[in-house]
Amino acid sequence: MAKLIEIRDLSKVYERGRQKVEVLHHIDVDVDEGDFLALMGPSGSGKTTLLNLIGGLDAPSGGSIAVGGQRIDQLGSAALAKWRAAKVGFVFQFYNLMPMLSAQRNVELPLLLTKLSGAERKKRAAIALQLVGLADRASHKPTELSGGQQQRVSIARAIVSDPALLVCDEPTGDLDRQSAEDVLGLLRALNRDHGKTIVMVTHDPKAAEYANHTLHLDKGSLVEQLAA
Amino acid sequence: MKYLHLVWASLFRRKTRTVLTLVSIIAAFLLFGLLDTVRTSFAQAGQSANGASRLQTGSKLSFIQTLPQSLQAQIARVDGVKMVTFANWFGGAYQDPHNQVFSFAVAPNYLDAYPEIEVSAAARKAFADTRSGALVGERLAQKYGWKVGDRVPLQSQIFPDRSGSKNWQFDIVGVLHSTDKKAGGFFDQMFLLNWKYFDDTTPYNQGSVGWYVTRLADANQADRVAKAIDALSANSDHETRTQTEQAATASWMKQLADIGLIVGSIMGAVFFTLLLLSGNTMMQAVRERTSEIAVLKTIGFSSRSVLLMVLAESVLLLVLGGVAGLALATLIIPVISAGSGGMLNLPSVGAGSWLLGLLLMAAIGVAVGALPAWNAMRLNIVDALAGR
Repeated sequence: MAKLIEIRDLSKVYERGRQKVEVLHHIDVDVDEGDFLALMGPSGSGKTTLLNLIGGLDAPSGGSIAVGGQRIDQLGSAALAKWRAAKVGFVFQFYNLMPMLSAQRNVELPLLLTKLSGAERKKRAAIALQLVGLADRASHKPTELSGGQQQRVSIARAIVSDPALLVCDEPTGDLDRQSAEDVLGLLRALNRDHGKTIVMVTHDPKAAEYANHTLHLDKGSLVEQLAA
Repeated sequence: MKYLHLVWASLFRRKTRTVLTLVSIIAAFLLFGLLDTVRTSFAQAGQSANGASRLQTGSKLSFIQTLPQSLQAQIARVDGVKMVTFANWFGGAYQDPHNQVFSFAVAPNYLDAYPEIEVSAAARKAFADTRSGALVGERLAQKYGWKVGDRVPLQSQIFPDRSGSKNWQFDIVGVLHSTDKKAGGFFDQMFLLNWKYFDDTTPYNQGSVGWYVTRLADANQADRVAKAIDALSANSDHETRTQTEQAATASWMKQLADIGLIVGSIMGAVFFTLLLLSGNTMMQAVRERTSEIAVLKTIGFSSRSVLLMVLAESVLLLVLGGVAGLALATLIIPVISAGSGGMLNLPSVGAGSWLLGLLLMAAIGVAVGALPAWNAMRLNIVDALAGR
């Protein structure tokens, strides 16, 4: 299977005042197209940093990251923003929906960056909401939805522009068990039925069971790789 | 345009705060509309086709200094002068010192200099024949319920009669109508009395004149004629300053108060306060949305788009409030004019005021949005998402 993500000798150093903190040390990881990878590790192990680098939200201090053959570590800020809009969907722990917009409008947000007409944007947002089982909640504001429903809206927002890669940062961290299973089931369906490549950070071993592979990080280094 | 709903939703994210800020902006631009109209009204005073062909000659020292009556014949002989007349300020009040009346003691030919003031031949004859006769503006007559034949008392704020009393009696012999809409508010408020009666009755005048009004044969000769008139009194104890009616009105008003400066100062203070108030609102609004802005940038909105959206939000806030304020001023001004019984004849909010207002809205909007927009543009996604 072709590789979607190729990470070589990746390191990340943060500077906090005069102090330099090396968060990631010379990481090498490959992720195949259509894979579902879980990143686990204790707090401060560097898993969210690695996820941010894969998603093009941060720039590495050393090494390289190629996604779909494109070296994203070499892109400037504006080009990286365009790349994210076209290639990556993001799911956050706290959903991060716009509270003043309806579910429909929230899902439409990434499509505002395309040349699609208003009607087409609306149609695609409706399809995405249908896919996550919330077609009947399109006009609801986030505060009118449960946590699980909000996370499903956020997944609809992540997939509406049909990106190849989904990066999820603790997507079930704020949910009860039942809602978490619903969301994880949805992610697995997106992976299996729609071929989305998913990289997910989680603390929860049960959540990691939904992934095909799990990578463990500790103190910024890869410690083991397990097949699900 | 496709971001408009997003900008709109962001603006009304905290409805109460936005509405209160909008109310402040509406109040500021309502005040701007009213004061700019007053400034325009003062700036336009004396600007009319008839006004352009008239000169006013007053004392060079101050408008309260008088001039000798003998100057009339000399002015009349200046080349380019069609006719010359004169008047004195009477300073009358009706019933109460607060009820000031624009009252002037005028020469018999005074109305010949003002073709835009209509008065019947019979009324003019009665005015000439009645020593204590008075011609009153239409609105002034309406205001106090005066009609021809009434005997009305006026108390001069300046001039007593020979017995020392400042109470004068006048017989209304006619009503003045103005055909000039622009100057109509003033002419319709006038109260004209005979200069001869005034001069004979008060011991304080003794043949002196407040100012001369000259009608020109050719308005284009105004500068030359003005200089020639002033030359008549050069190096005398009554040197004159002759100006066009517009310049004289502006100069007279400036001696009372510099309306432009007052209006400018008030508006400067109001807009400075508005700048701080709406700037604070925008700073708070953007600070509260740090994580939302980070999400927008995460899903691919460029830093430039974020900058423009925040700027658009602050400009929209100012434009919404500003347009509402100016529209309110447009509606209120005719009500104020009508309510003043003609004392105030304010023009409506003109295209110039609207244009200036819109420019101010855009400028203040950009100024108050600049810092939060800059902060939003420079926002680090990772730090913002991590709540740092």
